[in-house]
Amino acid sequence: MTLADLAAVNFDALPFWQGTEAGEFLLARCESCGEAHHYPRALCPFCRSEAIRFSPASGKGAIYSLAVTRTPGKPLRVVAYVTLAEGPTIMTQIVDADEAVAIGDPVRVDFQKHPEGLTAAVFRLARNTN
Amino acid sequence: MSAAYIAGAYEHPTRKADGISVAQLHMQSAAGALADAGLSFDDVDGYFCAGDAPGLGAMSMLEYMNLNVHHVDSTETGGSSYLIHVAHAAQAIAAGKCNVALITLAGRPRAAGLKSAKMPPSPTPDTPFEGLFAPSVVEMYGMVAARHMYEFGTTSEQLAWIKVAASHHAQHNDRAMLRNLVTVEDVVTSPLVAAPLHRLDCCVVSDGGGALVVTSEAVAKSLNRPLVKVRGSGEAVKHPSAGRVDLTTSAGAISGPRAFAEAGVTPADIKYASIYDSFTITVLVALEDLGFCAKGKGGAFVADGNLISGVGRLPFNTDGGGLCNNHPSNRGGMTKVIEAVRQLRGEAHPAVQVPGCDLALAHGTGGSLATRHGSATLILERL
Repeated sequence: MTLADLAAVNFDALPFWQGTEAGEFLLARCESCGEAHHYPRALCPFCRSEAIRFSPASGKGAIYSLAVTRTPGKPLRVVAYVTLAEGPTIMTQIVDADEAVAIGDPVRVDFQKHPEGLTAAVFRLARNTN
Repeated sequence: MSAAYIAGAYEHPTRKADGISVAQLHMQSAAGALADAGLSFDDVDGYFCAGDAPGLGAMSMLEYMNLNVHHVDSTETGGSSYLIHVAHAAQAIAAGKCNVALITLAGRPRAAGLKSAKMPPSPTPDTPFEGLFAPSVVEMYGMVAARHMYEFGTTSEQLAWIKVAASHHAQHNDRAMLRNLVTVEDVVTSPLVAAPLHRLDCCVVSDGGGALVVTSEAVAKSLNRPLVKVRGSGEAVKHPSAGRVDLTTSAGAISGPRAFAEAGVTPADIKYASIYDSFTITVLVALEDLGFCAKGKGGAFVADGNLISGVGRLPFNTDGGGLCNNHPSNRGGMTKVIEAVRQLRGEAHPAVQVPGCDLALAHGTGGSLATRHGSATLILERL
């Protein structure tokens, strides 16, 4: 089963994947309690209402934590948690990072097509633009 | 609640199971634990196993062992499952559901050529949100370590002391995979796998298994073995909380206090601790959450040999732990209980045996500390 297959049967989050495909980070927010959450669910994980609406996020965030893997001859691999400006902290990857990449660095969303068919929301350092 | 006792404990001697099936490892471990207790397969009336059991888990293993029981439990919280099984066995015994509970674990990731635990693909909603980035287990725990360092100033050298302590114990264990003493410098100069974690911050990958036999008081007292009582237990699950991620506190902050409250003791009373050690950071976070030191002070607590038997305040993982001895099936919970039982019986290696060890703690952290994980704490007493 590919990741795309898995995403296809988790109906809750389909708008999110349609969003990344279109170059947009759609955040799930509950219209009943107002809280944003991630990964997207059909029922609000905080108040359990079904009034979930997706809306575009700013795409801005900051690195909450990271793990850096260095392989000679390859770009840095940085797996990270990023805290979005809207609140939720999400697992992601920091692409095209430099050696100074660190917790607290401002980042901005970007999108990368995955070989298994989904488009991932990744982040790039945005030290000079935030 | 009537008491339950760990009457049998057995660690499979192999570390590489070429030509031995997973089911065979389970059953050999079961046979070892039952022999240790002085019981036979015919005495078993309750069976506990987790996700490492082949096929359909309890059903498949009961068929393989040709056992008929009237209580089964397949609680799965990754590598901490077996500590929860001990607690659930004690509860089942107290409720009159069974009298002799068998718990088994086994696996052969090393013979199968796996470098580390693989997160199995399954149609859970979270899978694509993490799977797209294919985080390795080391990267997951690396993120925990990085955040702990950021918030509390914890250093790689402090984490290294945990490995150093494990190596001090492993040098006395003939079966340990890594028997060489290492220094703080050895650890922090070993290759970075996923910064900030080094190669020597990681546990071993080993094959093998283990088993436990938990019995009623009446059965335990009929056997010719020291009495190791399950005095308290706690269990909890923590996860990313829909985006409210907190990497520096584990579910041990719930399971630990509950176990201490049930046992009516405090961390200061504990003479020996088995602490789940998939990585050095796993130990550090657990020690804080269990209350051996304040949150953020784990680095100072583990430094300078404080976990070394005969040297420090809290002797831990005196078999060498997962960091140096054995982490069968990428699940370290079973071996944590086994070494705690050895300590309470006075059957640990003489070089690491804690004198007068009558109260011990065993703690497991299963799954991934960086995402969803299950913590389980046992407090065991030698009567």
